[in-house]
Amino acid sequence: MQLTPDQVIVFTLWGLEVNATIFNTWIVMVLLAGISMIVTRNLRADVPPDRWRTTLEVIVKAIQGQIEEVSRDSARHVLYFAGTLFLFIALANMLLVIPGFTPPTASLSTTVALTLSVLVAVPLFGIARGGVWRYLKTYVEPSVIMLPFNIISEFSRGISLAIRLYGNVMSGAVIAAILLSIAPFFFPVVMNMLGLLTGLIQAYIFAILATVYISSATAASESSALIKAPSDPEEISSIAGKNPSNPKATLSETKEDTP
Amino acid sequence: MTDLAIIAAISIFTAGLTIAIGSLGPALGEGRAAAAAIAAIAQQPDAAPTLSRTLFVSLAMIESTAIYCFVVAMILIFANPFWDAVQAAALVGG
Repeated sequence: MQLTPDQVIVFTLWGLEVNATIFNTWIVMVLLAGISMIVTRNLRADVPPDRWRTTLEVIVKAIQGQIEEVSRDSARHVLYFAGTLFLFIALANMLLVIPGFTPPTASLSTTVALTLSVLVAVPLFGIARGGVWRYLKTYVEPSVIMLPFNIISEFSRGISLAIRLYGNVMSGAVIAAILLSIAPFFFPVVMNMLGLLTGLIQAYIFAILATVYISSATAASESSALIKAPSDPEEISSIAGKNPSNPKATLSETKEDTP
Repeated sequence: MTDLAIIAAISIFTAGLTIAIGSLGPALGEGRAAAAAIAAIAQQPDAAPTLSRTLFVSLAMIESTAIYCFVVAMILIFANPFWDAVQAAALVGG
């Protein structure tokens, strides 16, 4: 039994062994980039949208809506980053249904690479929003005593991100393989369906957590700036005072008033 | 018992123990979280989308502790470093 697709060598290229992780990552990349390029080839205002383009727009709009709900600020670069993470992980996990395809996210190297990109992106977005000093100041935020804990939390956050995705996808594959030797026909199918659900949820969680980390870094960087978030109770009550009879309208107003 | 047998026995025993104890806490926690979310949805059905999204995220975060235990158990059984080391030493020595 193998725990990762790292040990499966697909082919050897000039003495360089290309294992299943890399090869399946390429497949996912080709699918994502190819479909996007084919769909957006005729992206002009005078061309009416066909069903593929509408599907793509629905997906992107849904991701954008989720990001706006979580981070309360609709920065486009967060959409690009977290949306790409979501699409990549989701497609990699969904391709589980193809026999012989091991999701590249079932390998610890892929998830660590994705996590490293998140860990690099968090300070980058924070610095881009508030400057270097303001970002570095968030590490000593409550007091200087918390400095080592803040640094440790940065690392533990990365480790938990990587191991969570790897463990979930790998456990699905391993349990399916174990069940294959016990009850060959029916149960592996059920477990694969469960694996599809888990894979989608894990992709969602990975992207949402990346968004939360990035938005917390950017929010902390600009918290001392002039913009004040309407999490302030006075401000919310003043907004709510406009329309006290309809709590749902108040909610949407609060969201729109967010800078 | 040989070294390999001791390592195998302890690894298998520990793997079972890891899963047993490691799934206990997350199961309790997930049960509590789901119960709280269902109560909240019953009180405020309008907020169901937000609640279920938060529930999914928090369930996955709670579950990740169980997943860590699962990963450790899998490493103990299928990719045990001590087992490999003793086997390599036996190969070199034998």
